[in-house]
This record gives sequence, structure tokens and C-alpha cells, in this order.
Amino acid sequence: MDSQLRDQIPTFGAKPGAAGGASLSGGLTSLTSGGGRSAFETFIIILVAVVIIGGTELLLGIFQVPQYIMPKPSQIGMALITEWKFIWPHLVVTICELLIGFAIGASIGFVLAAVITQFPFAEKIVTPYILLLVTTPMLALVPLLVLRFGFGWEPRIIAVALASGPMVMINSATGFRRVDLAKIALARSFGASTFQIFTKIRIPMAMPMIIVGLMVGSIFGLLTTVGAEMVGGAEGLGNRLNYYSSMIRMPQFFAVITLLAIIGISIYVFFFWVGKKWANWEA
Amino acid sequence: MVVEGASKFYQARSGVVHALDNVSLEVREGEFLCILGPSGCGKSTLLWSMAGLHGLSAGRIRLGQEPILKPHPEIAMIFQEANLLPWRNLEKNIELPFELKRIPPDTARINALLQRVGLKGFETKMPRELSGGMQQRASIVRSLAVNPSVLLMDEPFGALDAFTRDEMNLLIQEIWMETQKTIIFITHSIVEALFLADRIVVMSARPGRTQEIVDVDLPRPRGVDVQSTPEFIERVNAIKAMIDHRKA
Repeated sequence: MDSQLRDQIPTFGAKPGAAGGASLSGGLTSLTSGGGRSAFETFIIILVAVVIIGGTELLLGIFQVPQYIMPKPSQIGMALITEWKFIWPHLVVTICELLIGFAIGASIGFVLAAVITQFPFAEKIVTPYILLLVTTPMLALVPLLVLRFGFGWEPRIIAVALASGPMVMINSATGFRRVDLAKIALARSFGASTFQIFTKIRIPMAMPMIIVGLMVGSIFGLLTTVGAEMVGGAEGLGNRLNYYSSMIRMPQFFAVITLLAIIGISIYVFFFWVGKKWANWEA
Repeated sequence: MVVEGASKFYQARSGVVHALDNVSLEVREGEFLCILGPSGCGKSTLLWSMAGLHGLSAGRIRLGQEPILKPHPEIAMIFQEANLLPWRNLEKNIELPFELKRIPPDTARINALLQRVGLKGFETKMPRELSGGMQQRASIVRSLAVNPSVLLMDEPFGALDAFTRDEMNLLIQEIWMETQKTIIFITHSIVEALFLADRIVVMSARPGRTQEIVDVDLPRPRGVDVQSTPEFIERVNAIKAMIDHRKA
């Protein structure tokens, strides 16, 4: 790294700075426009939601669609309330599996990205395998893992880690690869150590991409959690989907789907908020 | 600060580049020295070496008796295009050197400097909310905050518009006269060099050599209007002739 930096310095000129400047000024406008929402906008948003849900309710009633094909929103809502005491333990299982699997996968992915980008040659060697992990559905491994670990949490957590880790890794690696030699030189000119350059320059610089990686990775993790529960699990929301559909209890089935959607949207909103807070310098 | 026989080769995609060839110069304490030359004459390479940011292939750089092999606390660098960290606000940017050196920030000094360059009240602004001139003023404060004795400036105002540039040149002249720092200032603008410098080192390109050292005896403080006086224009032409002569 050091020799690379030393030898490339005279050639970088003003280019990286200029490119950075352009993206930054773009960031300002999108940030300010995302601010306050007027009462009128709120009203319209609520109105549209009411029309969509109410319209579905009405249409399903008018055309007398049988409940086992598509239950009415009101029936789904009722099922969510009446079945809640049976569903929530499974919700907890799913969330725990997701959190544990994601935490393991994301940590490994992040550390790997930070290390591997420092050694371009090692990166070239490892990248194909990471792509393999990214593109292969980890769900396919679950039956295999079940053979080895049984029907407990382990195979699902492993599958989630394997699904989310590589996502976090490739995105973080993209972030870490965006080196700005001038900023590193700046830190060095004030006597920064390699570790300080990492924590004060490289990580903040990579942060927008790291957050994107965490968001995509956790969504992939959720998909894999539910899929793994459907394939090989005695508990969790995925298992409930199997259960309710085999019993043709569609309102309960859709109640579980609703919960999954809520988890997914919460993940998205959470990371969107994290991004606004920690990476708002770049839109 | 002394440079003795500095030579530098580096490996580029197109082959080995001979960036500096046996450059020697002696910077006097407290002087304003401009290094002037066309793009690619190795002036930035020379400055980065003086900052201890990269090594030389041959030759030595000393600050007093100390050889400069790595960044030195008495030497601060001001980069092209301000080089503020976009994820930190102005105050946090200025405190960066203190953070890196693990010492508490000298708040009194920082405040005085902010006042001096007219950035008081902008501490919580993010860099993207500041104009180019304000950003570069912030980077000057950042470098001066740690009170170095030598200030290296690498075409600091190259990206600014002409009016802001004049303003910045006046400011840096004032700061230099007030603080008595040694300033080594790189530029490819003859006018800027003549306006600021006590002495100008004219460099030629490929490989970079010191071609001539010009004394500038214009009285200080110099105002922007000095640039349109016949003496000034005469000097500009003289330096232009040197550079043209080399090309032919």
C-alpha cells in the first residue's frame, strides 16, 4: 500500500477531488428536499392507503372471492389479532435467527472487506468465491445443513450468515476501494498511523456503501431465514406459512405474510435512517 | 529548510517517469518562496517530498539539521482543493490534526484563526455548505491551528475563480506577514507567484529541474493593483521569456 501510494501520488492531480465535489453538491439538494412533509401530503398518503385497502375489501366482497383464494383485509386483520398468541413465539424465533445470522455474517463480511481491499492480489483470488456465495441461493444448502445439524436453529443461522455476509462484503469492499489519496496524504501529513487512517479516513469514506451492504444483506438474510424455516424448520414464521397453507387457513397465512412485510420494511427504514445519520454527506 | 540534489523516479503505467532531476534549493527562514513551473514539472512531487509524504530516489531534504523522511510536526501541508473531510463539519475538520496527534484542540488559537479568516459562526457547517474560498480558508486554519513553522502549499487556489483567488492571495500575504511562517507555495500562475513571493524558483519540465531563481523586490504589503503596474508586467514578461526560451 505504502509503495503504491508513494508512486502514484504525482499523477492523481485534481481529478478525484473534482469528482467528489460534483456528487456532494447533488447530495445537498436531495437532503433538503427530503425534509418537512406538509399536512396536505400526509392527507394524500393516508387517503391512498385507505382507498387501496378499502377497495380491496370491497372488490373481494363484490366478486365473492372465496376466502381460501384471497381473504379480505379485515379477515387478515382479525386473524392477526386472534392468532397473535400462537404466532408471536414464531415471530421471536424468526427475528432471533435473523439477528444472530446477520450479525455473524455481517461482521465476517465487513472484516473480510476491510482486509482484502488492502491486498489487491488477494482480492483477485477471493472475489470469484464471494461471487459464488452471492449468486448461489443459500436456501439450497439448508437440506444439507439439516442432515448435519438437525432441525434446530443452527442450519438456519448458518444459511442466513452465508446469505447476508457476502452481500455486506461486496458492498463494503466497493466502499473501501474508493480511496482518496489526497485525504490519506492529509492524515499522514499530520502524523496519522495506519490504524488512524483506517478509522478516521477509510471507514467514514466507505460508510455509505457499508450501510447499503448492511441493508441489502439484512433483506437477503430475511428471505433466507423464512425460506430456511419453510424448508427445514419446526418453528419460525416460515414454518407457520407451511402450516397455515396446508390447513388452508388463508387469513392466518396472510397475517404471517403481513408480519414478514412489516419486518422487511422496518429493516429498510432502519438502515435508511442510519444512512441519513451517518452518511448524509453523500446522497 | 534545505533540499540537496533531489531526484525522483517513479513507475507509471507508461514506464519510468523521471520527475525530479538533481534539484537543490535553500529556503530561508520566514521567507515566502514560490515554486513556479508548467504542469508535470515535478513541483508537486518536490513539495510532497518536502512534506515527508514520499521519498526521493536520490538526494536529501533537511529541516535545520533534521532529515525529512516522514511527516514532521513543524511542517504542515495545504492541499489543492481544500481537501476537507466531507463527513465532518468545519469544527471537526479543523480539530482533525489534534485528534490524530492525540492532544486536546487549542480552542483559543482555533477561534482566533477562524475570526481572522472570517469563518467565525460557520463551525457547524458541513464542507458542502461552504464556498470553495471558504473551504480553502478552513483548510488554512486547519494547518495553522497546530502552529507549524513551515507551511507547504500545493496550488491551493488553482480551483478557485479569479476574484476569490485574488482575495485568497491577499489573505495569505497578510497571514504570512502576521505569523512570520516560512511558506513554500506551488503555482503555475506567474502573476500569482510574483504577487506573493520573496523569491521564485522557476522549474522546467521532464525531468523537473530548477531553472532559475528570481528575487522579487516589490514592496509589501502588495495590493491587487500592483498587478497592473508596468514594473509588475515587465517582470511577468521576463519570467515568461525564461519559460518560453526553455521550450524552444
